[in-house]
Amino acid sequence: MTEPKKEIKLNKITDFIWEIPKTGKMNVPTRIFASEELLAKMKQDRTLEQGSNIACLPGIHKYAVVLSDGHEGYGFPIGGVAALDFEKGGISPGGIGYDINCGVRLLRTNLKKDDIYPKIKELLDSLLQFVPAGLGSSNITVTKEVLDGALNKGAKWAVENGYGNQDDLEHCEESGGMTSADASKVSDLAKKRGRKQLATLGSGNHFLEIQYVDKIFDPEIAKAFGITEEGQVTLMIHCGSRGLGHQVCSDYLREMERNFPKIIAQLPDKELVYAPANHPLAKKYLQAMSAAANFAWCNRHVIGHQARLAFSKTFPDSKLETVYDVAHNICKVEEHEIDGKKTKVYMHRKGATRAFPPGHPDVPAAYRDVGQPIIIPGSMGTASYLLVGTQEGMKATFGSTAHGAGRVMSRHEALRRFDGEQVKKDLAQHKIMVKSVSKKGVAEEAPGVYKDIEKVIEVSHQTGIGRKVVRLKPIGVVKG
Amino acid sequence: MKPYEFLPHTADTKFRAYGKTLEEAFTNAAYAMTDVITDHTKIKPTIEKNITVTSENEESLLYDFLEQFLILIDSESFLLNQVKELTIKNNKLTAKLTGDTHPEKYEINIVIKAVTYQEMFIKKEKGQYAIQVIVDI
Repeated sequence: MTEPKKEIKLNKITDFIWEIPKTGKMNVPTRIFASEELLAKMKQDRTLEQGSNIACLPGIHKYAVVLSDGHEGYGFPIGGVAALDFEKGGISPGGIGYDINCGVRLLRTNLKKDDIYPKIKELLDSLLQFVPAGLGSSNITVTKEVLDGALNKGAKWAVENGYGNQDDLEHCEESGGMTSADASKVSDLAKKRGRKQLATLGSGNHFLEIQYVDKIFDPEIAKAFGITEEGQVTLMIHCGSRGLGHQVCSDYLREMERNFPKIIAQLPDKELVYAPANHPLAKKYLQAMSAAANFAWCNRHVIGHQARLAFSKTFPDSKLETVYDVAHNICKVEEHEIDGKKTKVYMHRKGATRAFPPGHPDVPAAYRDVGQPIIIPGSMGTASYLLVGTQEGMKATFGSTAHGAGRVMSRHEALRRFDGEQVKKDLAQHKIMVKSVSKKGVAEEAPGVYKDIEKVIEVSHQTGIGRKVVRLKPIGVVKG
Repeated sequence: MKPYEFLPHTADTKFRAYGKTLEEAFTNAAYAMTDVITDHTKIKPTIEKNITVTSENEESLLYDFLEQFLILIDSESFLLNQVKELTIKNNKLTAKLTGDTHPEKYEINIVIKAVTYQEMFIKKEKGQYAIQVIVDI
């Protein structure tokens, strides 16, 4: 596959939990949540090596975590989770990723799958008209004031300016905006990259997907999430902070690189560079990262609003309501119980979804009795899942679970093996229509290049770090 | 000598670019990266741009140079056709670029999120420069 891999020692804890013991520069062990089959896939690239590298970071608590969809990233693996002490640890841009607050929003509708099938082409066409994809530019004129509003307030700015509604905010992680954001900590270059991109989808694995409820595992919790019957139609939005977020990550990685050569010399990987908690750059990066995260929430929120307009063209009586919106590339200042003590940490989740239990104050009031909804998209053409956060997850993974299927095949190999048009035809046979601005993009995201989502979800469910509530299946996909 | 080639990588895209000089290898790295997005040879040279990049060492210069193209795409919709007159001296790079600011005229494959330092190298072997870069998709 890639570069020569290090031999990594693993101890089995349970059928689904493995541990890399603390050796060398590691400050704590690393725990891997995976079945034997998924673990075998992680051994094919540098996932485990990168997982053990995270454990070398200062002030890391308990253990580093790699989740069931883990695969090789840069610095942290994708599916990597680390709690770094708020005073003795630090914040690492490589523990969040370039696409800050890449995430998923799920909306439920009052439509049934049989309403959609005859109109699917028309609906996908109008979705693409209302939501630019690929290199397409924003339909919104973004002035400096607009951008600063989105960065400082997130989706709240959008509601104040006529996009979406208060109910959307109440059903969103951080209510759609982190108060730690400060737009003045985002460079002009990053703002320049983001100016044409508000409410655009982008490309890669980003998508809009019209789905139906295929199976309800827990009717009571599903009802709390507004999912009442099989066949009910939902809309999933997957995108992030676009060029603005990528530039914020890059700017601060470079700034830390210039400021902390001695720290880099001590680390197993340059892209793990961090700002120590007591250095002003730690706060500054948190403020800039929060602003980029707000841009992403604003992005998904306005896309949700635009999707309502697209749906109402075909279905004038359609009603789309937000179930929830989760970040899966982010750092938060959180409090966790560690060795019986409440401890404040920089909680890094990279390619990992927050999964808070019932009763947690950060879970929206509407869901506080049942727990936080967890939205996990599968690959194009396969199922996606709605799970719920648990007390077990709070103890085992700092309230985190998987974020997707996780790639197993390179884009290069995918292009060699699959043809975009053929992939579309195969999916059409399963009554799934794909609309894409790029032919190659469809081949690169073919269902065969991902792990089996069922196996990823089973690990969350069996270990109790996220319990199955609803399975969703696609009807139509818009791909960037 | 191939100007550049793509190598397998699970989630992102990895390439190697070659050149008899460091300048030629940097130029080929810009073409390799652009080809992930679109075939650079098909882009019409409708406008010309001058860029200057200054960094603290050779690797960071490569990172900052390649990042320029992502910034130009996002902020000005600029797609690269050719890199001309590229010079590198004391970690300062200057170059003239030609390209087009109308991406809707071309077939776009995928958008790159970022350049990364992962597995990056710049080597000189047997009189030839080799550059390796992974870009985040």
